[in-house]
Amino acid sequence: MDISDYTDRFGLLAVGLVAFLAILMALYGLAELASRRDRSRAVAFVFLAPAVLFLLVGLVYPAVRTVIMSFFSGDGSEFVGLDNYAWAVSDPDALQILVNTALWIVIVPLLSTALGLLYAVLIDGRRGERVFKALVFLPMGISFVGAAIIWKFVYQYDASGDQIGLLNQLLVWLGADPVNWLTESPWNNFLLMVVLIWIEVGFATVVLSAALKGVPNEIVEAARIDGASPAEIFWNVTVPSIRSAIVVVAVTVFIATLKLFDIVRAMTGGHYDTDVLAHNMVEQAFRLNNDGRGATMAVLLFLLVVPVVIYQVRNMRRQELEAR
Amino acid sequence: MSTDAQAPEKPARIGETRGERLRRVLSSRAASVAALIIAILWTIPTFGLFISSFRPEDDIRESGWWTFFTDPSFTLDTYNYVLYSDSQGGGLIRNLINTIVITIPGVLIPVAFAAMAAYALSWIDFKGRNLLYISIFALQVVPLQMALIPLLSFFSTGLHIGSVPITPEWNLDGVNTIVQVWIAHSIFGLPLAIFLLHNFMRELPSDVMEAARIDGASHSQIFRKVVLPLVTPALASIGIFQFLWVWNDFLVGRTFAPGEATRPLTAVLGDMAGTWGFGWTRLPAAAFIAIIVPLVVFLLLQRYFVRGLLAGSVKG
Repeated sequence: MDISDYTDRFGLLAVGLVAFLAILMALYGLAELASRRDRSRAVAFVFLAPAVLFLLVGLVYPAVRTVIMSFFSGDGSEFVGLDNYAWAVSDPDALQILVNTALWIVIVPLLSTALGLLYAVLIDGRRGERVFKALVFLPMGISFVGAAIIWKFVYQYDASGDQIGLLNQLLVWLGADPVNWLTESPWNNFLLMVVLIWIEVGFATVVLSAALKGVPNEIVEAARIDGASPAEIFWNVTVPSIRSAIVVVAVTVFIATLKLFDIVRAMTGGHYDTDVLAHNMVEQAFRLNNDGRGATMAVLLFLLVVPVVIYQVRNMRRQELEAR
Repeated sequence: MSTDAQAPEKPARIGETRGERLRRVLSSRAASVAALIIAILWTIPTFGLFISSFRPEDDIRESGWWTFFTDPSFTLDTYNYVLYSDSQGGGLIRNLINTIVITIPGVLIPVAFAAMAAYALSWIDFKGRNLLYISIFALQVVPLQMALIPLLSFFSTGLHIGSVPITPEWNLDGVNTIVQVWIAHSIFGLPLAIFLLHNFMRELPSDVMEAARIDGASHSQIFRKVVLPLVTPALASIGIFQFLWVWNDFLVGRTFAPGEATRPLTAVLGDMAGTWGFGWTRLPAAAFIAIIVPLVVFLLLQRYFVRGLLAGSVKG
């Protein structure tokens, strides 16, 4: 450790922050000038310019460029039409990736939402609800990489002797042989999903538990007086009342699952038949230097998200109309 | 968050038989037990890693963390090694500083720019406002994977149309590549931040705005003196979101500042965990250094975080 290790980095931070402040001041100055002349269009332009510029350069242009790249060869020199897409749906390795991704985006949102709802109902109005909620919510603050390390220790395998991984130790205590969990395809896929579910259940619990508090007590009481059993009340009263919250949770987890890179990378590196779209995209583009295939994987990701965007925008429009 | 906690066992209802009461109390007990089991299952993995991080490396290699309770041995050597040692697998203090240097502007820039954009989108009248807002909203779900390759080439080779250069190459190297990470994080954080802040700002009472207008305040004055103070809680929750995202990020830091000198903590950890080679016994301590900061922030400011979550998901 040299002192320059500190000065380099904190120096950069200081310069960056000063430059950023200067830009903000300049923008406010411009906005003030435009405001004085009462030109709202100009003010709007100044306020929106940085964000729109960033988004154009950093998302819109790259997205278009990525779509174009997906029709070109690995080094971008040759137009290959739909070859990359043909590879994605015919190559056995690529097909494995698509199947894994499909499993992830069905199982993770479903289980996370269901478990989150179950837990939210179990702890609703219970003594110590806050503590219960915080314990399950905690993994939300842990990085995917941190979570992967935590769970890698749970799954760890030793061919003989004392186990270090809790899961295998439980097996040994029960008299069974330890299993090398992360190399056992296809089950290793589910063990990786457990990590993401472990993180997302907390999110589902918090959102759904807030939604549960919004269900009017009178309806529940009325149903109870009419002789409905708790299960009937749950399915016929509670679930329909918080339906929109359930959908939002499932959709949010769905998108997070689709974009998942870190857990696969840190746990198996995509080996042992555990690769998924978002991870393979990075592998293709940055390790195998095949920009064409990497771009194709990214476009496939995007195509899977599009129906969700359309659904969300329509939802938003409808809510805005209702609010009017 | 409201915690209108009721006592778990309600008084016997009128007209309830003993059997009915027993069943009600039993099912309440079963629910308690189930909740407790889930809570314990969710906590054990983290707890195990936490215990491991204080065990000597030889112990970690030999036995599981639960043996700590029958055969306790405690050391801070591993923490000391991973943070400060000059040998292989040490010196993470440098990466911790990288993470800090990346995170501060990575949070401030997008939140400031998003606040300005959200104000314009909610309170300044101009043509095409709704279309612009819907477009930004839709950008939220463009996976950042779509942007990686082109954005990286934007930094390294500049923009070209044919062979005509539009923007120059940035030519950043060494520690300075962190600037690319700031910009990438700002870009990827903007759509969600604008969406959430727009939700908050739109809810502000319009008579307050009009009163300020009538008093002769300009848009930039209203933004600074009226809107920003009113949306401080929202700024806090978005700031926490972005903080957690940037601090915990692996992919963006790894892609835009790939050098040995500039890698953030998570990038080192992710690669260490991926190979699980030399020095895996030091992973618990190293991981906990990365985990503890966001966890403390998260626990202390949970209220704001939850508020942001609810605004973003339930209303949207």
